[in-house]
Amino acid sequence: MNLENSQRLGIVVSGSLGKGVEVKLDSSASIEDMAVGRFVTIEGAKRRFFGMISEVSLGVTDQKLSLTPPDVSDPFIAEVLAGTSTFGTLHVTPTLVIGGDADSLLEGPQPVKTVPSHFSVVNLASERDVELVFGTEDEKRFFIGNPLEMETKLCLDLEEFVKRSNGIFGKSGTGKTFLTRILLIGMLQKSQAVNLVFDMHNEYGWEGSSEGFTKKVKGLKQWGQAKVAIFTLDKENSNTRKVPTDFTIQIGYDEITPEDISVLRSTLNITDLAVEAAYQLRRRLGKSWLRQTQELSDEELKDELKDTNIHESSLQSLKRGLGVIERLGFVVPQAPEDAVKHILNHLDRGVSVVLEFGRYREISAYMLVANMLSRRIYAQYQERSEKARANDTALPQPLVITIEEAHKFLNPEVASQTIFGTIAREMRKYNVTLLVIDQRPSGIDSEVMSQMGTKITCLLDNERDIDSVLAGVSGRAELKSVLAKLAAKQQALVFGHAVPMPVAFRPREYGSAESYREFAVRGKAESEKDIEKLWE
Amino acid sequence: MAELQRVGEVIEAGTTAFTAQCYELYQIPPLGSLVKTGDSATELYGIVYNAATTSLEPGRRPIARGRDETSEEAIYRSSPQLTKLLRSEFGAVVVGHKQGDKLYHHLPPQPARIHSFVYQCTLTEVMEFGQSFDFLNILINANLPVPAEELVSASLRQMSRAHKDPRAFLVAAGKELAILLSGNLNQLKAILGRITPL
Repeated sequence: MNLENSQRLGIVVSGSLGKGVEVKLDSSASIEDMAVGRFVTIEGAKRRFFGMISEVSLGVTDQKLSLTPPDVSDPFIAEVLAGTSTFGTLHVTPTLVIGGDADSLLEGPQPVKTVPSHFSVVNLASERDVELVFGTEDEKRFFIGNPLEMETKLCLDLEEFVKRSNGIFGKSGTGKTFLTRILLIGMLQKSQAVNLVFDMHNEYGWEGSSEGFTKKVKGLKQWGQAKVAIFTLDKENSNTRKVPTDFTIQIGYDEITPEDISVLRSTLNITDLAVEAAYQLRRRLGKSWLRQTQELSDEELKDELKDTNIHESSLQSLKRGLGVIERLGFVVPQAPEDAVKHILNHLDRGVSVVLEFGRYREISAYMLVANMLSRRIYAQYQERSEKARANDTALPQPLVITIEEAHKFLNPEVASQTIFGTIAREMRKYNVTLLVIDQRPSGIDSEVMSQMGTKITCLLDNERDIDSVLAGVSGRAELKSVLAKLAAKQQALVFGHAVPMPVAFRPREYGSAESYREFAVRGKAESEKDIEKLWE
Repeated sequence: MAELQRVGEVIEAGTTAFTAQCYELYQIPPLGSLVKTGDSATELYGIVYNAATTSLEPGRRPIARGRDETSEEAIYRSSPQLTKLLRSEFGAVVVGHKQGDKLYHHLPPQPARIHSFVYQCTLTEVMEFGQSFDFLNILINANLPVPAEELVSASLRQMSRAHKDPRAFLVAAGKELAILLSGNLNQLKAILGRITPL
């Protein structure tokens, strides 16, 4: 094997499959060079194991040594004792096994089902080992960053990634937006999926701000003019920011349904009965219920509802809520064009859509629009998929919907009502998946969390958030220690469907001219390939 | 092998140790140094653990003679018989043997024979022998009149001189000792204190 570039760390001394193995460090390996999250290979007699360091500890052969410490100011004594009487131990969780024979080399790494034998040699994983496990950058795999303390490229299989709903979590200011931007560009370049991004803070479309708000970084549109369209809710604001937009979305009164109001119940601070009133009014007044509710006088409305048990106060509560919605600038009595149709048109052509919210940063606007548009787009996808299955034709192009502040949509109270709860649960049946960005994962319904394929998480320090992100993952305790030790910025942990094993990584650079060039190289290669295709 | 220095002759031999008498009075190999004896088929290696200069006859103790002499040398000059009436002996603990070209760091099948010549080992031999630290275990566990830590440290100091990098040799030996003496921290500390390179 490639011993020249792998560094020997020590030997396996004990362990179990469930808890991982203990490794006694050689005296030549300094414990201070170890770090949780680093990869190691264990050379078993028949197989090679691949694992991650999840704990580092100190040991002594004789307890007396810790009670009466020797004179370590003498370098000779310190050197003699290091690795013999005093030693470091690593806790390693083997996750993958690479068979020694040719067949298993072809199969690639498999999940681990046993532990290496006693005194197997443990090496620091070489670049080649990591490549073997995570693959190299190719048609489907996208370089997202480097594993901690390594130069190897960590690649994410985007084809697999978009097949399920995914989550990006982390405290505020830990780099969620940064990661999301990289991933979205990756999907743009590498996957067949189209994106629909509900861009609350105007970060992804044309340009976004990097940390410190001093430097602008390129958004999606600047990577693929033809493949990305920027829609806006606030044309004026987009113009001020000099963002070239493709379409301005306006929402007509008659497009808003009682379901939308129901989702906004807690945000608008209206009562359950008020929501009920909305349903009743919709039934009686038809499609134009919202406009009529606002136009009719209280007397007339009361007249409409006289044979229901809706109370006057509920009606007032509803009216107050509707008032908030109506005051949103993009809500107009009659929308000039059908926004959903426009979005679908773009998506069908393989053009991703980024919807900027401009100044409408309040959560009620975001929830209303995201929920309403997604519901109708999803309905279309559902219909098309079912038709395609019936006629045995191609399924619609996979769609990834990106939402921020996801816990507002996916908390246990409303997850059953919002369309996002359905998408997250029914997953890829209709080729629509979610990319959820959130800072409070504990607020998200556990059922939705459990359905997520791949989770990428930056630093989290709330115990409940960590628990909810790691729920149901094997080796939870080990990952927890890795997650809690991530740096506050530019470090993340990815685990789940699209990666063979959990890995802590440093996201690739984005924002400098050089980093743009790296992204562009790939883009160019693809456009050349497209040209070649024309000749086939 | 002309440079081999013959230092004495075996006068008492057991499986674990042998005693040799020096040919010249006071020409005793240093404590902890490596000596060898035996024939061409089997060479025994020993580490000097003890030495003594006594009267030839056990019942006859030397008497003080220097009252009227000006120096110690003058005593021996005026009584030349003294060098014949006194003798120097040293004891060596057997730590390994060589059969043919192969070196073993454990006890030989046969003890040394009486009147076998005893040689001081050359630097090359010392270096070759020091490749393995298995002899340390024999030294620590041998039941000798000399404290084990003294003997072990003396032998390591002696051996380190044969090595190009004495410090690296001593560190490696120290690590071996740390494992052997993992249950006896005080002894380990005592030895390490005695072999610390300057």
